[in-house]
Amino acid sequence: MAALDMTKLTIKSAHDLLAKKEIGAVELTEAFLDRITAVDSDVCAYLTVCAELALKQAGEAQKAIDAGSGGMLCGIPVSIKDNICIEGVRTTCASKMLENFIPPYTATAAGRVMDAGAVVLGKVNMDEFAMGGSTETSYYKKTKNPHDLSRVPGGSSGGSAASVAANLALGSLGSDTGGSIRQPAAFCGVVGLKPTYGLVSRYGLVAFASSLDQIGPVAKTVEDSAILLDVIGGKDQYDGTSIEVPETSYAASVNAGVKGLKIGIPRQYLASGLDEAVKSAVLNAVREYEALGAVAEEFDMPSLKHAVPAYYLISSAEASSNLSRYDGIKYGFRADGCESYGELVSKTRAQGFGREVKRRILLGTYALASGYYDAYYKKALQIRTLIRREFERAFEKYDVLISPTTPTTAYKIGENIQNPLTMYLADIYTVAVNIAGLPAISVPCGADENKLPIGLSVIGRPFGEADILKTAAALERALCG
Amino acid sequence: MPYLPTIGLEIHVELSTGSKLFCGCPVSFGGEPNSRCCPVCTSVPGTLPVLNRAAVQYAIKAGLALNCEIGLFSKFDRKNYFYPDLPKAYQISQFDLPFCLDGYVDIELNGEQKRIRIERIHLEEDAGKLVHDGLDKYSLADYNRCGVPLIEIVTKPDIASAQEAKAFVEKVRLCLLYAGVSDCKMEEGSMRVDVNTSVRPVGTDELGTRTEMKNLNSIRSIVRCIESETARQASVLDSGGRVVQETRRWDDNKGESRAMRSKENAHDYRYFPEPDIIPAEFTQEQIEALRASLPKMPHERYLEYTGKMGLPGSDANQILESVALADIFEDAAAISANPRTSASLIIVEILRRLNDMGLSPEQIPFDGAALGKLVKMMDERQITANNAKKVLTLMFETKDSPDKIAKDNGFAVISDVAGIKSVVSDILKQNEKAVGEYLAGNAKTFGFLMGQCVGALSGRADPQVVRAVLQELLQKGQD
Ligand SMILES: [Zn+2]
Repeated sequence: MAALDMTKLTIKSAHDLLAKKEIGAVELTEAFLDRITAVDSDVCAYLTVCAELALKQAGEAQKAIDAGSGGMLCGIPVSIKDNICIEGVRTTCASKMLENFIPPYTATAAGRVMDAGAVVLGKVNMDEFAMGGSTETSYYKKTKNPHDLSRVPGGSSGGSAASVAANLALGSLGSDTGGSIRQPAAFCGVVGLKPTYGLVSRYGLVAFASSLDQIGPVAKTVEDSAILLDVIGGKDQYDGTSIEVPETSYAASVNAGVKGLKIGIPRQYLASGLDEAVKSAVLNAVREYEALGAVAEEFDMPSLKHAVPAYYLISSAEASSNLSRYDGIKYGFRADGCESYGELVSKTRAQGFGREVKRRILLGTYALASGYYDAYYKKALQIRTLIRREFERAFEKYDVLISPTTPTTAYKIGENIQNPLTMYLADIYTVAVNIAGLPAISVPCGADENKLPIGLSVIGRPFGEADILKTAAALERALCG
Repeated sequence: MPYLPTIGLEIHVELSTGSKLFCGCPVSFGGEPNSRCCPVCTSVPGTLPVLNRAAVQYAIKAGLALNCEIGLFSKFDRKNYFYPDLPKAYQISQFDLPFCLDGYVDIELNGEQKRIRIERIHLEEDAGKLVHDGLDKYSLADYNRCGVPLIEIVTKPDIASAQEAKAFVEKVRLCLLYAGVSDCKMEEGSMRVDVNTSVRPVGTDELGTRTEMKNLNSIRSIVRCIESETARQASVLDSGGRVVQETRRWDDNKGESRAMRSKENAHDYRYFPEPDIIPAEFTQEQIEALRASLPKMPHERYLEYTGKMGLPGSDANQILESVALADIFEDAAAISANPRTSASLIIVEILRRLNDMGLSPEQIPFDGAALGKLVKMMDERQITANNAKKVLTLMFETKDSPDKIAKDNGFAVISDVAGIKSVVSDILKQNEKAVGEYLAGNAKTFGFLMGQCVGALSGRADPQVVRAVLQELLQKGQD
């Protein structure tokens, strides 16, 4: 019998082996560090590998396990998106602007994962300041899709999804502003969950669009993402928008089944522009659900056609303000040879930000400018209200909604980067969820003719994480046996 | 040509909450640069503001004290601009839905009342400050003040003279002191005033172009600045010029202002709702509970002091200058049932001692009950007025009650006539010569004997009683 490849485990199976002392936490971490050394030069998921920190944490985790006090995440090696702060660990947001930024504090979500005994292997690549859908806008490197190294892993949490798919971590924390967890999860064939706005603290997540951003898990299985969510969710005194929710075990909800579940499919999500292979995989998933005793039907959500423009106005407007703090004065990159404050600010920002970030800042500044505010930002807020109401109405009738996660499977590196509009339109199935603050999960539902993964999205009511987890898990079981 | 000024004020007041508006850092004056900061108030990436509920309550109390309507739904907005003392590059403020709207303050000038309307009061965070090296080589940023809670009180252009502005600012200051929301120390910058001034020819209604003078930090400079700016604008117009809409800097040393920057009409703060702070909602009951928690405002107290308590208006105003004095006065008056003596002890004796010791009324080491007790002792003739002053001096030095101080120091009045008689008769025996002269008809010696008696009793006996006893015993000697 071949030796066990520990990097192929899930969080759940690794936990069981650790608990039974069949493997050790340090040994497990070493296996991942070895694999990162061997493979990550091809995949390019990591921006910073924290080998020393990881081994130290693994040693402590083993002590907790030996003492019988380790929970589900104790000793589990994970990666963290590089826009989530960990005290003393360089956090770049994949931008030149923060090349040397070392946070003096730890994000609540990362802190909770570490407090639970998880081992942080390192910080993973992303689109610069989470702006992009392919991880190609990173200032540092282009992460590859582990299923085809010539293709993008998706984004902006491309490093999170690639690290999990390439067995370079058992799980990851990503962030999702308009699909940034779900879309790369779909491209890389893993599970990605964007929680309800307010379920997970944003404290320590470098802000892109404050009213849309959420931290969430990326993992190999639905159950693993539930295990991570159990640890990171819940009210945080350092985030005034985080919400008190009743104590529940998401992990316990994954086996509940879908018998009698009412599923709605927004007709707008199956319309033109959708790749045939993706569409057929989604419809196949619907048939699986029906076979499991769920009831599915199509319905209309006319406001969805406004979701992408509304999303780009709101997110860019907030980003233009959130990213104003990078002026070269306090932290990060500072341009040389400046004679005045004005010159320092403009040169620093001109040299420190990449093209996509500048494009969004300009778009957002314009949308908020007096004389344009009513026509753009205010109108986008009205659309936001409209979309929220249509979702509320849909959830009066349905328990969950399903849709494709992406219109296509992973595309070639360089294929779309010169055409931002194409990239923006590809967010059509994910952004409405952020606009409405809802939870959604992407779960693998098949592959195209190139064996590239396809993701199915399940959308729930506010704080309906248990519903989407059990729905996604049912499909996972049906397809994988 | 004679001109009339039209003046509007924006008053920034620092709230005396223990901590900053969005983090737990302490709020206090001075301190080593950047010693009162944390990742939140220095806007380290990823940090978030968490609203200080006490600051919201203070802002609403300020609004109630200044007769405002309180919005049941309020929100915060971002005011975006680049400046090195503003680490987020936006200030969290309130744009269209502030906590307080439509208030007013009544001022009195030369016996006439005038109502100055308040447009709004909003809550916002202060910025840091820049320290320049003086050589234009570099500037340093001190973020201690970043995130300090401020309210901004914006008036309607209802003020028509420097004296009205002075009366208004003084009244606002007093109301906020009484509401307990700020220490209003102008010299420490916890109250700063921006003045908007325009002039128009007498007999016309159309307002002239206004200028703005920022960050005035004393009543004196507000008055001088308005007078100077009114005269400057009048002379510009008289010489055929145009007043330019601009921000000017007031130089209090030179007593003149100079243009800082013309109002860039293009300056766009791109206000939008602050996504990191959920809007504040209140019920009418919550507002009423805050209203009920406010102490009585100075104008109400003034009416009481000058009405049933019978104080002259000037005394009432002098006491009302300080909440601490007013509270001591009211307690003392209640306990002693003698407001006038309580007031005169405060105004004459206590204020003089505070002045000598360089203390503020808040530092008075005893309470109104103790002062009231002392007044009562005087009224009941347990102590003479002269010794009462000595007791008061000691009350600043010990923590003892006035009766204990009087007893320990032998200040208590000897009230039994027998005791007084024995002292007086001893004196008469020792001064037989004087007694003889008195009995021989030299009335002047009575004064001498009286002095001897009072001295021997060391001021502890009621002089009227001593006089009566002395007369009685001398009378006996005559018989
Ligand atoms: Zn602070």
